Amino acid sequence: MAVEEGLKIELGKQGVLVTTIEELYNWGRRSSIWPMQFGLACCAIEMIATTMARYDLARFGAEVFRPSPRQADLMIISGTVTKKMAPQVVRLYNQMAEPKYVIAMGACAISGGPFKQGYNVLKGIDRYIPVDVHIPGCPPRPEALLQAFMTLQKKIDAQPLTGEGRPRHLDAEAQGEFPVPVQGEHDLEPTSNPGVWTVPVVIR
Amino acid sequence: MKTVEEIKAAIEAAVPDARVEIVANPSVSGQHSLRLTPSRAIEVATFLRDGLKFDYLSNVTGVDWPDKEIAEKVKVTREVTKVEDGVEQTAQETVEETRKRVEPGCLEAVYHLYSMSLKQGPLVLRMRTLNRTDQAELPSLTPVWRSAEFQEREIWDLYGIVFSGHPDLRRLLMWDGFKDHPMRRDYVEPDDFEYEPTAHDDVLKRAEAHRAAHATAGAAGHEATGGEQ
Repeated sequence: MAVEEGLKIELGKQGVLVTTIEELYNWGRRSSIWPMQFGLACCAIEMIATTMARYDLARFGAEVFRPSPRQADLMIISGTVTKKMAPQVVRLYNQMAEPKYVIAMGACAISGGPFKQGYNVLKGIDRYIPVDVHIPGCPPRPEALLQAFMTLQKKIDAQPLTGEGRPRHLDAEAQGEFPVPVQGEHDLEPTSNPGVWTVPVVIR
Repeated sequence: MKTVEEIKAAIEAAVPDARVEIVANPSVSGQHSLRLTPSRAIEVATFLRDGLKFDYLSNVTGVDWPDKEIAEKVKVTREVTKVEDGVEQTAQETVEETRKRVEPGCLEAVYHLYSMSLKQGPLVLRMRTLNRTDQAELPSLTPVWRSAEFQEREIWDLYGIVFSGHPDLRRLLMWDGFKDHPMRRDYVEPDDFEYEPTAHDDVLKRAEAHRAAHATAGAAGHEATGGEQ
């Protein structure tokens, strides 16, 4: 299917553009990832800095922060997810249209971070929604967020449109909506979504 | 700035049955505070605001004093009958006994006042509830200083003090259906220690306890559903 890279360059020099539908489709998708305008804590400040002139997220086609989940492709979980906020985060994710991606930005979003043992902080948003890119840091530097974008672009680029590993919106069987946790008397119920997150095996 | 003793005297002159108590602070800062009687707190607070011009309430916080078991040695004198050389004699004997008593705990609200117009402060007010369970009620000072509103809501949320007279006493940080008061000393956290990759100290103990409980509960060891209380 894929055109040989050397041949493609050679043809390009002759003014002939050769591509595949898959490549073109993924190029379009990865070059206009619109994030949702949504910040949770101090990581959001770094996210805002990333969009400004010095780091210029516009180079990745991702400068358009949409205030509505319906128009967004990417959710940047930028900061601490408290147990009070977690249901709203999952609900916003459910409201986003496919294809949708998630970057968990910073120590809090990936694990609870310095607040992990607190009574009010979720120990990582990946317990409820699938996360595509995790970036550590407290907060991560804008460069780290740019790296997350590049990682996500590589991931989108590598997605085949058919068969195993195709994106969710092309898979009729795929699960697109994730159960919103309920705020119970003592904790969120359930405490994680087993379909998304299983307890990682720790080798001691 | 007036000393706490002077402020106490002024309060007692203005509100005769105020029953204000000075809580001494033995540290270098010597920042003594006044403990108010809850039933007269509104009158005292109004006097502090209008009479002594403490027009700025900067901070309200809570303190949890759990029930304290006190073991104290008491010297007890009792009469002992001894048989000495065939003659019964009564003699007094002093014995040391350890007696335990439980001092009931309470919840305390602490208010820090300043005076912007007189450039004075802080003045620390305290109020104690009768106990930690069913009589955890204090008068709200929100009608006197509006800045108390959110902070009293926070104290209700985290310590469980019910502020009567508060215009809108809802939880502030936790959600409405939440039943616990997390800043209390006897708060039990949910047992969600199923995944602690770098556990140490207390967390390690909790994680090991969680593992032990779940290993016995489900021999199949399907931990994915773990985290239930």
